[in-house]
Amino acid sequence: MIDIGSFFILGILLFSIGIVGIISRRNIFVMYMSVELMLNAVNLILVALSHHYEDLNGQVMAIMIIAIAAAEASIFLALFVMLFKNAHSLDANFFELLAQEKHND
Amino acid sequence: MIESSLLGWIIGSVFFSSVFIMLTSLYAKDNDDIPQSIYTLLGLGGPAISLLFSAMLMLEFYQDANPFYFKAFSWLDIEGFKVDAALMLDALGVAMLSFVSFVGFIIHLYAHAYMKDDPSYARFFAWFNLFMASMFLLILADNPIMLFIGWEGVGLCSYLLISFYFESEENVEAGNKAFILNRIGDFGFLSGLALLFIYLGNTGLDFASLEANIHLIKPSTLNLIAFLLFVGAMGKSAQIPLYIWLPDAMAGPTPVSALIHAATMVTAGVYMVARFHFLYAITEEIGLFIAYVGAFSALLAALIAMRQDDIKKILAYSTMSQLGYMFMAVGLGAYSYGIFHVFTHAFFKALLFMGAGAIILVLHHEQDIKKMGALKHKMPFIFAMMLIATLSISGLPPFSGFFSKDAILNHLFASGNYPIFTMALLTAGLTSYYMFRLLLLVFISPSSKEQHLLPQNKLINITLLILSIGAIFAGLINLPAFFGGNENYSLWLNLPDAHFHLSHSTEFILLSVNITVALSGVYFAFSHYRQSSKDPSLGFLDKPIKNKFYIDEFYVMIFVKPLAWLSVFFVKVVDEKIIDAFIHKISFGYQRLSYYSDNVQNGNVRYYALYMSVGIVCIFVYLGVS
Repeated sequence: MIDIGSFFILGILLFSIGIVGIISRRNIFVMYMSVELMLNAVNLILVALSHHYEDLNGQVMAIMIIAIAAAEASIFLALFVMLFKNAHSLDANFFELLAQEKHND
Repeated sequence: MIESSLLGWIIGSVFFSSVFIMLTSLYAKDNDDIPQSIYTLLGLGGPAISLLFSAMLMLEFYQDANPFYFKAFSWLDIEGFKVDAALMLDALGVAMLSFVSFVGFIIHLYAHAYMKDDPSYARFFAWFNLFMASMFLLILADNPIMLFIGWEGVGLCSYLLISFYFESEENVEAGNKAFILNRIGDFGFLSGLALLFIYLGNTGLDFASLEANIHLIKPSTLNLIAFLLFVGAMGKSAQIPLYIWLPDAMAGPTPVSALIHAATMVTAGVYMVARFHFLYAITEEIGLFIAYVGAFSALLAALIAMRQDDIKKILAYSTMSQLGYMFMAVGLGAYSYGIFHVFTHAFFKALLFMGAGAIILVLHHEQDIKKMGALKHKMPFIFAMMLIATLSISGLPPFSGFFSKDAILNHLFASGNYPIFTMALLTAGLTSYYMFRLLLLVFISPSSKEQHLLPQNKLINITLLILSIGAIFAGLINLPAFFGGNENYSLWLNLPDAHFHLSHSTEFILLSVNITVALSGVYFAFSHYRQSSKDPSLGFLDKPIKNKFYIDEFYVMIFVKPLAWLSVFFVKVVDEKIIDAFIHKISFGYQRLSYYSDNVQNGNVRYYALYMSVGIVCIFVYLGVS
């Protein structure tokens, strides 16, 4: 029997890796993978807690998240294809449409 | 007290006619098809209706001597402090109303004839009627606050009318001068009102309650109030030291001068002092001060008028001089004589101005009397009218000015203030001198060049004729006992005059002295100006008099120049170098700051994710700590 604390530590590690991945990597694919990593870290903790409390609700939620993540994946991949078609780049720094225009003063 | 809404309509008819003219002319700005007759109808109809209503009320008042009262609405009602928008007509009001409505209407008729070719005819009548409305409000006000509205109204309208020909900068400056000097006076008046409000605000501010409660204020404060109110009168009625706007006010069209000098505006100060007689009767020092101011103003104006060449300016100074008489009278407690002189003055001064206007029109807007001359045979009618008015203002019997001026002079002598009396007597002599100088230079003395005359206007002559009747006979209503009358007007006015007894022999001597002084003025004028149009030298006084004693220059040096210098200092140094610099520094700092903080919002999703995680970490740290 593995201690529940270990699951938490693993979850937190995975989640942190995800966050660092989003912040530090410029490739949109890698950023997406980091997002998935964070989702799965949460899933792991949900499943662990579900087992610990002997309550199936956590596992149901984890399966829901996996299903939704699968649906997301298809949308994300479609978006990436469109992005690459329009901009010929998947560099996150390239897409700065939200920034206000820079004045050179 | 009789309630009568007619009181409101006396003001209302001129006020609304003014508003209608304004609206119509605004509409006409884009549509040139409004005939002038509509403006004439409105502009003359308003004063005519006012005159009709005033006449009705005055007749009724004459029969049963019951004052009228009209409350339009309750203006302020805050915890016992109550001001009503109310009007009141008593004997003093009737005395003022009689000539303001009548002479005012005649001047309107005259103005129609005078201004009918002016492109701004509508604007003129809009202001003209508003002027009348303000003056009516001033006269009929039931409390000092309503009076102040009218007081400010005449100030505003005088400004608008003096700078009526605003194309020329000089006229605008004259308007500004009138307005600013009046504002200085108004400041005093307003301060006086504020003091009245502080001490008597909770016992009612209408004239009747003020009169009943005036004894509650201690004498030193009363003196201050009386003085401050008189400062307002100095401005409005052009007395030393706030008089310099009056001669410049001649920049406006001649009917305006006639209206300002005869019916409205300048008499307001005298009326105000008479209206506050209950206050001035118990502040004798201030009364004496008023009398001295009046005396000096009268003398100064008469001296300056001796060597002026502009026909209208001479008349302006003569007005100031006559106002001085009125203030001498009211200052020394002869309220009814002061008002009586206001009454007769309205007729002969309106006649003088309108006659001058007629001459100016005939001579292609020439105003310099040195360039006129020998016009007696070319315009005998106007000559006759001007002669009547001149005799009247010079105080020669049996014209109206004689009776009022003689009454004042007698009172001054009887009250024992001999310096004032001497100045008044001297002024009387000077008055007849400069008025006859004007008359002779215009009509008798040889003219150097041939003048081309325009035809005279019939309507103008008719209005002159009507006023000349007033200028001759108006004095008879207050015939003193010496001439077999019993001073009906003074009795009827029922103001608390100070009475001094003079024996008949003293009165006779005074009478002959007065007439002799006036006649000697006439003689000096005649002896010189009959043959020559050049001024004889007055010795060392010649230059100062010609330059109006350098008082304008003095004021410019003392008040205008330092103010101008100060404002330049504030603009160039304080504003630009200190305030602006400070604000520019601050705004520059914010600009730099925003330049740096701008980098935060760079549109890069990764950074936003970083901010979010930092935020979340902060929240968790906070939750963990607490």
